[in-house]
Amino acid sequence: MNIYALVKRTFDTEEKISVQNGQIAEDGAEFIINPYDEYAVEEAIRVRDEHGGEVTVLTIGSEEAEKQLRTALAMGADKAVLINTEDDLDELDEFGASTIIAEYLKDKDADLIIAGNVAIDGGSGQVGPRVAELLDINYVTTITELKIDGDKATVVRDVEGDSETIEAQMPLLVTAQQGLNDPRYPSLPGIMKAKKKPLEELELDDIDLDEDDVEVKVERVDVFLPPEKQAGRVLEGDLQDQVKELVQLLRNEAKVI
Amino acid sequence: MSKKVIVLGEVRDGALRNVSFEAIAAAKKISGGGEIVGVLIGDSVQNLGQEMIQYGADRVVAVEHPHLKHYTSDGYGQAFMAVHEQEEPEAIVFGHTALGKDLSPKIAAKLQSGLVSDVTDIEGEDDEAVFIRPIYSGKAFEKVKINEGTVFVTVRPNNIEPLAQDAGRSGDVASVSADIQNLRSVVKDVVTKATDGVDMSEAKVIVAGGRGVKGAEGFEPLKELADLLGGAIGASRGACDADYCDYSLQIGQTGKVVTPDLYIAAGISGAIQHLAGMSNSKVIVAINKDPEANIFKVADYGIVGDLFEVIPMMIEEIKQLKVNA
Ligand SMILES: Cc1cc2nc3c(=O)[nH]c(=O)nc-3n(C[C@H](O)[C@H](O)[C@H](O)COP(=O)(O)OP(=O)(O)OC[C@H]3O[C@@H](n4cnc5c(N)ncnc54)[C@H](O)[C@@H]3O)c2cc1C
Ligand SMILES: Cc1cc2nc3c(=O)[nH]c(=O)nc-3n(C[C@H](O)[C@H](O)[C@H](O)COP(=O)(O)OP(=O)(O)OC[C@H]3O[C@@H](n4cnc5c(N)ncnc54)[C@H](O)[C@@H]3O)c2cc1C
Repeated sequence: MNIYALVKRTFDTEEKISVQNGQIAEDGAEFIINPYDEYAVEEAIRVRDEHGGEVTVLTIGSEEAEKQLRTALAMGADKAVLINTEDDLDELDEFGASTIIAEYLKDKDADLIIAGNVAIDGGSGQVGPRVAELLDINYVTTITELKIDGDKATVVRDVEGDSETIEAQMPLLVTAQQGLNDPRYPSLPGIMKAKKKPLEELELDDIDLDEDDVEVKVERVDVFLPPEKQAGRVLEGDLQDQVKELVQLLRNEAKVI
Repeated sequence: MSKKVIVLGEVRDGALRNVSFEAIAAAKKISGGGEIVGVLIGDSVQNLGQEMIQYGADRVVAVEHPHLKHYTSDGYGQAFMAVHEQEEPEAIVFGHTALGKDLSPKIAAKLQSGLVSDVTDIEGEDDEAVFIRPIYSGKAFEKVKINEGTVFVTVRPNNIEPLAQDAGRSGDVASVSADIQNLRSVVKDVVTKATDGVDMSEAKVIVAGGRGVKGAEGFEPLKELADLLGGAIGASRGACDADYCDYSLQIGQTGKVVTPDLYIAAGISGAIQHLAGMSNSKVIVAINKDPEANIFKVADYGIVGDLFEVIPMMIEEIKQLKVNA
C-alpha cells in the first residue's frame, strides 16, 4: 500500500507565546511535530506493517522542518519529502498549502493519506479535507479507529463525542483524532537508520507551481495576545466563608448566577 | 457593495442548533444589507425554514433526500453545491461544529476560495469585515481579511450574539432538488452518547470535573450543582481517560470548545489542551487542592481546597440564596 502522512512542524503551544512586530515571536521557541500528525505517522506505520507497502512523510516548510521529518523517519516511516517554500513564499494560507500538497500527490497513486485533524498553531483543520477534494478522493475526519480490507476501510469517527462507524471507499484520506493510537518514541536504532533514509527536497518549480498559483486568499492583518487576565482572586479564610464569598461574587460582581 | 450570503442551518435531533442563528447574525454583518438565504439539508428539514427566517434569514431553501438522513461529506457536498449553483452567493457562513469543520474545506476547495475557520468575532461590515480567530491553542488571536473570491467563514458556537427571534417575520421556504449519488462513505452505525439535559456547547453554565473527582460517583455533586444552575456538566480528558465519564463530555482541543458565562473547573489541573476549549469563558472558577495548579492562572475566582467539601457547600449556599430571593 502506498501511504502518505502529512506532517506539519508546529510551535509547541505549551511554551510561552509572545508577539513581536505583528507576528508570533519564534526566537528560541520549541518546535515539534504537530501532535495530531504524530498519530498520523504512527497509524501510517501500523497500516504498512499490517498490509505492506511504504510510508512517505510529507511537509511544506523551510529547511528547519527536516528535523521533524527525521523524527518521523526514526519512528519508522520509509521516506520523506520536504517542499521548501522558504525562497518562494512569504505567506501561505490553507488554500495554498493544500494546493501544493495536492499538486505533489496528484500522480503518486496514494492509497491512503493520513493528516492530523488540526494543527495546534494555525488551528483551521482545513488542509486534510481540502487535499482530498483537490485529489477527488474520499475522506473521513477526526477518526479514532481504522481497519482496511481491500478497497474498503471501516473507520470510527468521533463526532463531538458520539462515534460513527463508517464504511469508506479507498483511496481515502483520513484525519487523526486523539485516541487513534499511542505514538511510539523513536528508538536509538530507529534514529540511526533515519539518518540514511531518503529525504527529498523540492521547490514549487519542481511540482510545476508558480507563486501566483498559491497566492493567499486570506490575509493576516494582525496577531495579538488576549488581554492579560488580571490575576484571578484566590479566596482566603475559612472554607465555609470562602464559599459564601464566592457565591456572593458570582451573583453581585460577575452577575452570572 | 452589499453581498448575498448563504447560511447553512444545522439540524440535530430534529431541531436547529443555536449556532445556526449565530451564523445568521454573522451573515448580517458580512452582507452589508444584502440578502440572506438559509440552507437546510437533510431527509426532512423543510419545516425548520420559518425559524431561520424568524432569526433573520430573508428566505430559505431546503434540499431533502433519503440519502441525506446521515451526514456524509459527499452527500452534503452535492446538496450544498446544488444550492450554490442556483443562488451564486458572494459569501457563505457555517457553524464551526463537527459538521461545519468537515464540510467547509471541501466546499472551499471546490470553489477555489479562501476560508476563515473558527471565527469568534467580526469587526466592520461588508467589504471592510475583519475576522478574529484564535490561534496557537487559544493563546493568541489573529485578525484576517479575505482578499478575493467568496467570503467564507465558520463561526465558533456561543461567541456571536444571535438576533432576537421575531415571530412576526415570514418568508419563502422553497425546495431545491439534487441528485445525491455515488456516496463514497456510508454511515453504518452511530453510537450517540448524548448526555441528557443541556447541550454543552450552548450552555450558559458548565460545571466540569477532572481526574480530581476520582470516580464516576464523584461527578454526582457536580451534576447537582449544574442542575441547580441550569447548566451542563463537562470534563477534562483526564476524567474521560480514567473512565469517570463519557468522552462526549470532554472539553478542549480534541473535545468540545465551550464559551459559557460561567465555567466551574473542579479537580482539573489546567493543561493547555484543556484551556484551548474553555479559556474564552466569561467567568472561570477554579477549585483545586493544589495552589500551584495552572488552572488558577486563567481563573477569575479560585478556591484552594477539596472539591468534595467545596461543591456541596456551594450547593447549600446557592439553595439558600434561592430561598431568600
Ligand atoms: C509567518 C506566518 C504567516 C502566515 N500568514 C498567513 C496568511 O497571510 N494568511 C493565512 O491565512 N494564513 C497564514 N498563516 C497560517 C498558515 O497559512 C497555516 O498554518 C497553514 O495554511 C496551515 O493551516 P493550519 O495551520 O490551520 O493547518 P490545519 O489545516 O489545521 O492542519 C491540518 C493538517 O494538515 C496537514 N498540514 C497542515 N499544514 C501542513 C504543512 N505545512 N505541511 C504538511 N502538512 C500540513 C497536517 O497533517 C495537519 O495536521 C501564516 C503562518 C505563519 C507562520
Ligand atoms: C494531542 C493532545 C490533545 C489533548 N486534548 C485534550 C482535550 O481536548 N481536553 C483535555 O482536557 N485534555 C486534553 N489533553 C490532555 C491534557 O494534556 C491533560 O493530560 C488533561 O487535561 C489532564 O486532565 P486533568 O486536569 O483532569 O488531570 P490532572 O492533570 O491529573 O489534574 C487533576 C487535578 O485535580 C486536582 N485534585 C485532585 N484531587 C482533588 C480534590 N479532591 N479536590 C480538588 N482538586 C483535586 C489535582 O491537584 C490536579 O490539579 C490532550 C493531550 C494531548 C497530547
